[in-house]
Amino acid sequence: MAERKKKLVKTIKVDVDKCNGCRACEVICSAFHAAPKYSGNNPARSRIRVIREPLKDIYVPVYAGEYTAAECMGRDKYVIDGKEYDECGFCRASCPSRDLFKEPDSGLPLKCDMCESDPTLEKPLCVQWCLNDALVYEEREEEVEEEEKPEDVEIGLESLVDKYGLEKVMDSFARMSKSKKG
Amino acid sequence: MRYAETGFNLEIDLSRGSIEKVETAPQLTEFYLGGLGTNAKILWDRVPPETDPFSPDNLLIFGTGLLCGTPAPGCNRTIVTTISPQTQLMAFSMMGGFWAPELKYAGYDKVILRGKSPNLVYLWINNDQVEIRDASHLQGKGAVETQELIRQELKEPKAQVAAIGLAGENRVFFASIEQGRSSASRQGLGAVMGAKGVKAIAVRGTKDIHVAQPVEFMELCNEVLSYIKFREENYIPGVIPILARLGSPQEMAVHDEQWHTENFMWGNSRHRRRDYWNEEIAKAWMETMESMRTRLISCYNCPLKCGATISIPGLPTYMMKCFSKLTYTMAAMSDLDFGFKIAQRATEYGVDGYSTPQVMAFALELYEAGILTDQDLPGMPSENEERFYWLLDRIVRREGIGDVLANGTHWAAQQIGKGAEAYAHNNIKKHEQLPLKLGMLNPIYFLMYCTGEKINITQIEGQFPQAPFPTREEREAFVKEWFQVPDERFKQYFLDWELRGENSMPFYPTVEMCCDIVDWQERMHYIDDALGMCAGLSSFHLKPPYHIHNYPKFISSGAGIDMDEAKLTQAAKRYRTLVRAINIRRGLRRADEKPPEDHWKKRFPELEAKLLDEYYKFKGWNNEGIPTQESLHELGLDYISEDFIQRGILPEKE
Repeated sequence: MAERKKKLVKTIKVDVDKCNGCRACEVICSAFHAAPKYSGNNPARSRIRVIREPLKDIYVPVYAGEYTAAECMGRDKYVIDGKEYDECGFCRASCPSRDLFKEPDSGLPLKCDMCESDPTLEKPLCVQWCLNDALVYEEREEEVEEEEKPEDVEIGLESLVDKYGLEKVMDSFARMSKSKKG
Repeated sequence: MRYAETGFNLEIDLSRGSIEKVETAPQLTEFYLGGLGTNAKILWDRVPPETDPFSPDNLLIFGTGLLCGTPAPGCNRTIVTTISPQTQLMAFSMMGGFWAPELKYAGYDKVILRGKSPNLVYLWINNDQVEIRDASHLQGKGAVETQELIRQELKEPKAQVAAIGLAGENRVFFASIEQGRSSASRQGLGAVMGAKGVKAIAVRGTKDIHVAQPVEFMELCNEVLSYIKFREENYIPGVIPILARLGSPQEMAVHDEQWHTENFMWGNSRHRRRDYWNEEIAKAWMETMESMRTRLISCYNCPLKCGATISIPGLPTYMMKCFSKLTYTMAAMSDLDFGFKIAQRATEYGVDGYSTPQVMAFALELYEAGILTDQDLPGMPSENEERFYWLLDRIVRREGIGDVLANGTHWAAQQIGKGAEAYAHNNIKKHEQLPLKLGMLNPIYFLMYCTGEKINITQIEGQFPQAPFPTREEREAFVKEWFQVPDERFKQYFLDWELRGENSMPFYPTVEMCCDIVDWQERMHYIDDALGMCAGLSSFHLKPPYHIHNYPKFISSGAGIDMDEAKLTQAAKRYRTLVRAINIRRGLRRADEKPPEDHWKKRFPELEAKLLDEYYKFKGWNNEGIPTQESLHELGLDYISEDFIQRGILPEKE
């Protein structure tokens, strides 16, 4: 049985009414996560994306959440203030149904890490670069159930297995270990 | 490794249907920076001066600025370059939006179109995959509509599309290229695109853009952002609303239009309505704005909201920016409601918001004067606003009189004759200007109007106040935190500038000071146009976040080109001179360099001649405005001298 614990949750509050659609959040996110840091940028690698349909006045900044192996069965639509939003328009998952939140080269899932760094930043950079306050950083305390977190390597491997199947990943792994060792 | 730029251009021959990815020489970037600079070099090298704008031999170049696609805030300009059908000179109108960064991420710095497609096509650039696709089903479609149709057809909502409307297809001399909330409108670029048989260019890119010194570059970006924040919280006192705050400019946010409506001219740049603005009008315009403006929006990576989504009941949504808010309204002597409605149609047609309303007002003036008659305008409605719609429809279809008017007021007047020339009174170099008619000659503006090769005052002016401040205290307050000046002497010029008396216009600023001030203002615009920076964060503004002191650092740490202020000034001078050389080779001379006759009431021919004499010398040009061998040599442009000598434009070396 998992233990209930108090935990500090870091979130970004998104005010879609204030979004001006400029995508500065995508620019700075991908620059921060480049290696070395800031050496390049590429919105396609960003962990926050603005879902924009300018002529429908739809601007929804969405930051990347968990990876999901399967897409939803059937999708709803939301109509807010007369504007029709696709359900995926609010969804933060890196999901097989769309190319959002996947590394363009490897297809591996991307997830927002709130710009984790040492020293810790005061706010994630997308929030800092959004001068229109569409993105606001919030910390709140929540009671959560603690669970064992899988290691990074395991997450990566699992997504590869999801994408290519266990057989193929095992084959590649065997081949790689052979060539590296040999 | 190339930094900031990709190092590749896309060469597309529309006649043969061939597509090539061509690597560029890094030395060219060092010499001409990028954007406008390298566009100009390509135009000089590959488009001989006898080339007709609509000939397959003309090039249409979509160049991204050197720093587009880097995190530099507001750096998103596409510089579109060709030979203009209207002025017959080099055109380099620009557009903001999202297209230039997308092209960079796709792996290209420029798209260079040559030849002519036998059928209407559009281009689809998807990273390394580039296709020429049939566009016959898009013929006659609106420029905004087309962008959406292409995105749907490609199933790529993230593609950025630049498209022409009916006006471009029909080669209207003031046709624009529309893209998202932006457009490249001036000088008929859309007509050249139409002549090449290209309806649109769609781009999608998912590659990286690198910078040379990441930490230094980010520091500069953060400084710019904090300064933007500071400027948004501290408007400059003593200047009109759109100059008080950053933006390109903030026409969509501003409600108070007293200054424009009472100081700019209505109709065919004729009537000044001094007491026009009152509470009732302010309220009505505010209501129009509030009911139609859905949201203030931005270009790529820019916090300023200079554009707006306009949704009018019963009409498709479109996006608007800048002064087109007022041009239709004022040309038709109407109100904002009319202006927004007709601009919707005009945007779909894809026409320039400066020239188009003036051309229509010009036609109606000719009608009132009896130069155009009912025979020339068969079926024209009797109601004023209806007439504007009617004329717009004729012009973009080149139907009847529309075919004549579609060439702009200069050429239309020539063709109509019967004294029509006097009604095409607001042109410089055959191109319609802002509707401004003023009293006392402003010597700074005189020089900018005469010699500006963008042929558009808002894209030359900016760094120096347009007029003196009334009191010494106000002037002292203004210069206090004016760190953008290249030299302290500019502060003194301004401090001593008075409304009346010895140190007032037209004889102050002195001729020498005017040369200095104009050169600085122009230099900053040319730097923006090479880097792809929006003038609304830079050269168009007093005290902007980008200036001559931080630009060299942006270039060094961004593009990895060793740069300082002197080197940057020299580079800007080099490609500015190259632009002039292209136009000189196409026949531009001193006689063409003049503002509209009636721009100022009080003119000073002797002073004006002296201003031009001295400014030409200052720029290293001879008395005809032709760059001298000596100045060309100093800029490393001997190849221009050789060409000029061969053509007899410059005399043989002594």
